Order: sequence, then C-alpha cells, then structure tokens
Amino acid sequence: MQSVIRIILQRLGLGLLTLFVVSIVIFTAVNMLPGDFAQAILGQGATPAAVESIRRDLGLDQPPITRYIQWLSGALQGDLGNSFAQANFASFVGADSGVRTTVAQQIAPRFENTMFLAAVTACIAVPVSLVLGILAALFRNSVFDRATNVTTLTSISSPEFFLAYVLILFLAVLNPVLPSLSNIYDGMSFGERLEKTLLPALTLTLVVTAHMMRMTRAAIINLLASPYIEMARLKGMSPMRVIVKHALPNALAPIINVIALNLAYLITGVVVVEVVFVYPGIGQLFVDSVKIRDIPVVQACCLIFAAAYILLNLTADILSILSNPRLRHPK
Amino acid sequence: MSTLPTLMLLLLGVAAGGWVLRFAGQKATGNAPVFRDMPFAVAFGYILGAGLLAFSVWYYFQPTLTEAGTPNAGVVFFRWAVQFFIVATIAAFLFRALGRTVGTQFSKKMFRQMPLTASFGVLVVIVYAFTAIFAAWLAPHGQEAIFAKVNVLPGGNAATGGDPLHPLGTDQIGRDLLSRLIYGAQNTVGIAFVTTCLAFFLGGSLGFLAATLQGWLDQVLSRAVDVLMAIPSLIFALLLMTIASAWAGSERWLLTVYMILIIAVIDSTRVFRLARAVGLNIVVMDYIEAAKLRGEGMTYLIFKEILPNATAPLLAEFGLRFCFVFLTIASLSFLGVGIQPPLADWGTMVRDSAQFINFAAFSPLTAALPLLAAGAIALLTVGVNFVVDWMLHRSSGLKE
Repeated sequence: MQSVIRIILQRLGLGLLTLFVVSIVIFTAVNMLPGDFAQAILGQGATPAAVESIRRDLGLDQPPITRYIQWLSGALQGDLGNSFAQANFASFVGADSGVRTTVAQQIAPRFENTMFLAAVTACIAVPVSLVLGILAALFRNSVFDRATNVTTLTSISSPEFFLAYVLILFLAVLNPVLPSLSNIYDGMSFGERLEKTLLPALTLTLVVTAHMMRMTRAAIINLLASPYIEMARLKGMSPMRVIVKHALPNALAPIINVIALNLAYLITGVVVVEVVFVYPGIGQLFVDSVKIRDIPVVQACCLIFAAAYILLNLTADILSILSNPRLRHPK
Repeated sequence: MSTLPTLMLLLLGVAAGGWVLRFAGQKATGNAPVFRDMPFAVAFGYILGAGLLAFSVWYYFQPTLTEAGTPNAGVVFFRWAVQFFIVATIAAFLFRALGRTVGTQFSKKMFRQMPLTASFGVLVVIVYAFTAIFAAWLAPHGQEAIFAKVNVLPGGNAATGGDPLHPLGTDQIGRDLLSRLIYGAQNTVGIAFVTTCLAFFLGGSLGFLAATLQGWLDQVLSRAVDVLMAIPSLIFALLLMTIASAWAGSERWLLTVYMILIIAVIDSTRVFRLARAVGLNIVVMDYIEAAKLRGEGMTYLIFKEILPNATAPLLAEFGLRFCFVFLTIASLSFLGVGIQPPLADWGTMVRDSAQFINFAAFSPLTAALPLLAAGAIALLTVGVNFVVDWMLHRSSGLKE
C-alpha cells in the first residue's frame, strides 16, 4: 500500500511539474509576438502617450520574468487578466469607469457548457463502445465483427466536421428530430439543454467510440489465448460468460487507459465540433480569440486545455497502475 | 415522441423473429448442428441484418420526387450513398484482380493476400496522387479564375439555375467549384505530404540520434518532447498560428509556410518517440557494434545501419501521421486559420459552403457541396487508414 501512495504522489508531482513547464512554454510563445500588445490594440494611429498608458496599465513595462510570475500567480488565484477584445477603451485613456470584462468571467460559463458536453458524450460513448467491443470480441471474425471494424475505422478517420454535417443533414435537416444549432442560455431546463447538446455529443461519440471499441476488442482477444481462458472454456462455460467474467476483469487496465486517453482527446475534438454547432463552449471562445488575437483569452484557454489534458493522462496512468497488481507491487 | 415506442416494438419483433428462426430451423432440419448450437444473439443478429437489408432495398426504390413535386431528399442521398458504395466495391475488386495479374512477382503476391478494404485504400491513394499531380490538366478552369456568373447552382442544368460550363456551379465571387475541388487535392494533400515528410525528417533523425548517442542529448530531447506532447496538438497549433499570423502580417503565403513548419514540429514529437524506441532496440544489435568498431561515422550508422532496419514500423507510422497532419490542416483551414485564399482548399470550401446544407429538402445537389469537400478529406484518410490497418495486421502476425 505504501508503495502505491508513493507512486501516485510521484506521478502527481510529475504532472504538476509538466503543467508548470507548459505554462512557461505558453507564456514564452505568446511573448514572441512582434511589437507590443499596446500597439496591437491601438493600431497604427496610436499616439505615444496612449501606447505608454496602455503599456503601464497592462504592466508591459516590466521585465518578462516579473510578468510571468504575476500571470502565473494570478492564474492560480483564478484571475486570468482582462480580455483585450472586451476591454473598455475609456479606461485606457484615463477615464476609468471601473467596468471590465475579465477573462475569468468570460470563461466560467463556457467552461461549464464544455464540461456538460463532454459529460454527455462520455455517458453515451463509454457504455456503447464497451458493449460493441465485447460483442465484436465474442463474434470475432464474423460478418458483424468485420462490419463494425470497417465502420469504426471509417468514423475514426473522418474529420469531425464531416461527421457533424452528415449528422446535421440526416437528423436536423431531412428529419427534423434535433436542433442543428445549440444555443444554450441561462435558465434552460435540463431536458431542453440536453436536447440542444445531443447532436454535438453524438458527433463526438462517433469520433471517440471507434478507438475505445477497437481497444476493448483487442484487449479481450489478446487474453483469449491464455491457459485460464482455455480452462474456463473446457469447463463448459458459455462464450459470453468466459468473456465477461474471466477475460474482461484482466483486460480492464488497457481499457480504462484508453477511455481516459479518449476523454483527453475529446478536449481537442471539442474545438471543431463547437464551431460547427455554434455551441457556446470554451473551444468556440478559443477559436474566436485566436482570430482576433485576444492574447489573454488565448493564453487562458490554452492553459485550461493543457491542464485538463495533463490531468486526464495522469488519471489514465494512475488508474492503470491501480488496476494492475504487477505494477502495484513493483519488485 | 412516438419514435421510442415504435423502436421498442420493432426490437421486440426482431427478438421474436430470432427465436422463431432458430426454432423453425431446428424443427425443419431435424436439429442440425447449425441451428442446435446457435446462440440467441446470433439468431437475433441474422433477423436484424435481414430486416435492415430489406428496409434498405425498399427505401432505395422509393420515388425520388414526392407527390407535391419537391425532391425526396432522403431517398436521393441514400441512393447516392448506395451507388457510391457499390461502385467503390466493384472498383476495389477489379483493381485487386488487375494487381494479381499484372506486375512483378512481389506485387502479385501482395495483391493476392490483400483484403478488399486494403485494395480500396491503395486505389484511393493512387487516384488522389494522380489528381494532385495532374490537377492543372484535369481542372476545366484555373483555381483563381473568376467568372462573371456568381452563385451558379450545381447540376449544369440552365433551367434550374445551373450552367453547363460549371458542372458544380460557382462560389460567391464566381470561381468554378469543380476546378477548386480538383486543385484542392493539389494544395491540401500536397501541403499535408510536405509537412509529414518534414516531420519525419526532423523527428526521425533526432530520434535515431538520441538512440545512438544516448546520454545527456537523449535526456534533453526526450524531456523537451514530453513537454510539447503535454499540450493537445490542435490547441498548440492554434496558439502558434495566432503568433504566426501576427508575424506574417498581410503576407498570406508566408502564413501557409509557417503553418507547415508549426505542424511539422508538433508532429515530429510523435515521430521522435517512435524512432527513438525503435532505434534503441536496434543499437544493441551486434552488427551496430561491428560497424562502430569498423570506425563508421554517425551519418553512416544512422542512414545505412539503423534506418533500413526500422523501415517497416516507420512506414506504417508515416501513413498514420499523414492522416493526422492532413486532418489537422483541414481542421485549421475549416476554422479559418489554415491554408489561406486564393489557394483552393477543402477545409475552407467546407466552411464557405456549410450553410447550403439547410437547402437539402429543396435541392439535394446543392446540399451535397459541403459534404463533397468534407467527403474528399474523409475518403483519403479512410483509404490510408485501411492500408495502414492491413499493414499493421500483417506485421503483428495475425493474432486470433
């Protein structure tokens, strides 16, 4: 038990270190922008006084290391700075009205929406892929197995927007079952919200199910040659029981790992899908900010995406250690 | 919501049908082993498959026009999909048959072992390569040529707002869409190919270098790659593209070059991992030791001793990596920060024509435009993945 805790703490420390280095990478990348934020905001006709004022206001006259420490300590306390695009220009030229949109204010509701989308997707995708994977392993090399193999390979290698538009075509335009635009607003009932989220969630499900299902099938089939499976078969157990009771528990480690990795993949896939369905999530905000070069928002979104990605990978790591006795008790 | 009860009833019907099938089979054949040992799930599957097949055939032969005279778009799309599927299957079959009779001993043997999906993949790759190389000859017009008629509808039928000169119509500023679709093969696929090659050169050589030299260089490179891989690749690419767009300013072509470099560096981290892992297994071999004792240089070691022995895994990785790069570029273009106009490109085409999908009930051909461009992307990645899947399956030694 002692060693398990030590391993987990080790992984956690490593994850934190990675996140720290990633934050440095993001900050340095953003600071490689030519010129100055102040110049970028005001454009060509800026007076030197105005530029100087903004520079002071944003703290750009300080050395990069001080700025980095300020940014990081701010981010740790939930203060991610002010958005450029939403900046109150009056405040920059002296007449400060005190009203500003902070990045945190912008991100918070969208973060919740994205999490909701990811949760709905996971609720559909994980059971479906597990069942399909077990069935494919049970009827391996049959017509069913080959058909699912080809279908999942097709859906895994199609771009997200292709799947999204095909789904829109069939489920929203030709048979108006679900709305093709997901306008989520405050005060929606849960059912209404679920209905608007369902189409993007289905698209993401198609993207991630394939990988999880194939890994489930491969993990189970890998075990079927083991002597103890042979034993269970010779006892006269039904093939379904052999797989569910004997093969599945031992295949759990790679399956859990691949589920966590795919949830991490969801984070990347979410960007394109949110843009297609105009879903008000973090991905959409990120792309919009990239287009108008709203640096603080880009920085913050990047940090959140990276943190979620690292966290999920870490979870995959720790869960696979916990579910494998050989890794739990290293020699 | 009357769909849910209907669906439940249908499932119950299929379940009953499965049971009847097994029971009737047992009685009719005098308990033949096929029916005696048939699990219920298999019988269920047979009935479900037969039902789906019957429904598809029935749906395929529905009239394409409703009584009111509007197109029955669902049937139209379904017919196109089925026709495409049949043509693709026949083409793949003929191509495999051709490969089995023509060619060298080696290629004949390869085609003999090939499943239909893999031969379809090879065919797709060949067709795309051909289109990309000869785009200038195949396309009826130039990719930047602007015509007087804007927003011409596809179909080439003057009565419905088309123009025989432009079979797929023109876009908002009057560019021929068929030509742009064909040129898209050149730009999108070409740029993805160049990027993948660059990523392989970078990641491969650094990975082999790390494997041969080991020590501090290996440590530094591996840790750097770890950090770069901790950021989701599309997110990182978008972040760097923000900066690149500021650097490029109004020089649009420069942005495309930056995009190639950015994606190549991000993807080279994955290649580095693989090349280093494969290289580490090779450098412990005796023949490497012998080459070192002969006093061969580092370049000779990497390119003459390690590389030839690492070709198989690297080739499969090249296919997969190409798909990833291709999809990343398409996604970036779709989001509006990738390949820049006036270059024709599929991702941008999908974004520009996406609204047409809402007209599916009135003009299926118009609605098919965004799907055509997106489908062109999907078809190539699916084809490459089919080939890679087969290669991996073959090299893994056919497990159960």
